[in-house]
Amino acid sequence: MIVSEQKPFGQIFDFVRDYNNILVLGCGTCMTVCMAGGENEVGVLSRQLKLAARHNNLNMNIDELTITRQCDREFFDENATEKINRSDVVLSLGCGVGVQYIVELFPEVIVRPGVNTRFYGANISQGLWLERCAGCGECVLDQYEGICPIARCAKSLMNGPCGGSADGMCEVDTENTECAGQLIYERFKNLNKLDELLEIKPPKNWSAGRDGGPGRIAREDMMFDE
Amino acid sequence: MLKKKPKIIAFCCHYCAFTAADLAGTMRLQYPANVNIVRLPCTGKVNANMLLQAFVDEADGVMVAGCEPGSCHFLEGNVRAVKRVSFAREKLSEAGINPERLEMFHIPASEGPLFAKSAKEFTEKISQLEKKGDGEADEPDSDETGVETGETDSREIGAEKGEPD
Ligand code: SF4
Ligand code: SF4
Repeated sequence: MIVSEQKPFGQIFDFVRDYNNILVLGCGTCMTVCMAGGENEVGVLSRQLKLAARHNNLNMNIDELTITRQCDREFFDENATEKINRSDVVLSLGCGVGVQYIVELFPEVIVRPGVNTRFYGANISQGLWLERCAGCGECVLDQYEGICPIARCAKSLMNGPCGGSADGMCEVDTENTECAGQLIYERFKNLNKLDELLEIKPPKNWSAGRDGGPGRIAREDMMFDE
Repeated sequence: MLKKKPKIIAFCCHYCAFTAADLAGTMRLQYPANVNIVRLPCTGKVNANMLLQAFVDEADGVMVAGCEPGSCHFLEGNVRAVKRVSFAREKLSEAGINPERLEMFHIPASEGPLFAKSAKEFTEKISQLEKKGDGEADEPDSDETGVETGETDSREIGAEKGEPD
């Protein structure tokens, strides 16, 4: 899933303080699961805004709504559309995709991001999310037995580890971040195929990722005929 | 300017603090009448949403009262409540409300006197905060509390005395 964290409250408040009708719009999918912008976070943030508005003698009407996804047209139903059109500013707790999609669907409305979108990650344990994929566009997990050197190595080394690897940890954060090169080594060792790691991997083709410009996937088979 | 008695909401666990409050009544112990009790099946039921809503609904102070550590009827509800209260205190502070207005208590069922004492002391503390003009503005046009419209930047919003613990 996409993992985000809420922006500092002061920044959020500055985004919306000059408006009267504010809609805090949550996302019921990724943002709910990473606890950054689901129904619960929408509730807490809305209440914080109400209290801050009162504290600063501002007249702010704060409405709240959480839709299933902000990156899919079908979830902007009648109710959502009405609420969005009625507001002066939408504070989106969807990821960056959600924010932009609202702008596309409702060009008249001002939208502000309430979260910082961080990475594609897994929920490792309650309250802990770790990056696992960087959306590079040409997955090489087959070559690394399921451990991604792009997302999990700070330097995205295809032929790691680097000299900064110590006791299994990455020099970038020796307390919390495991060295991907070391993890790959251990994995190959357990699978009795260490010799395969001796093969030098060629540079990666980045044209499918950021270097190729904004991504586009077009499936004729799924499209409606004009 | 001291307004009416402060409005206090006390979220009490059915198995301990609520029973203690009941006992305080049975023992004819006095505690302030402005303490409004909301009975919960366990303090593990509280979340930041409901604690902040109490303040949105004009509570001046909120108590969360659960069992002693280690004696929760549902094993860990009170431990979770401690975390949630401390999270909610941070959220209050960010919004410009003194986090001292929200406090967690541990009151066993047999401790009627402790409930009465805690309720009294907390009410007293909140009255003091009200007197100092510490906290959210009570009137939209009040000029003695809060910061003037349009002149606060984000760094000042949480600039209250008192830090979350
Ligand atoms: S808007 Fe973003 S966070 Fe929400 S479902 Fe879509 S991708 Fe996930
Ligand atoms: S190789 Fe690319 S697509 Fe595969 S997990 Fe790593 S970043 Fe994601």
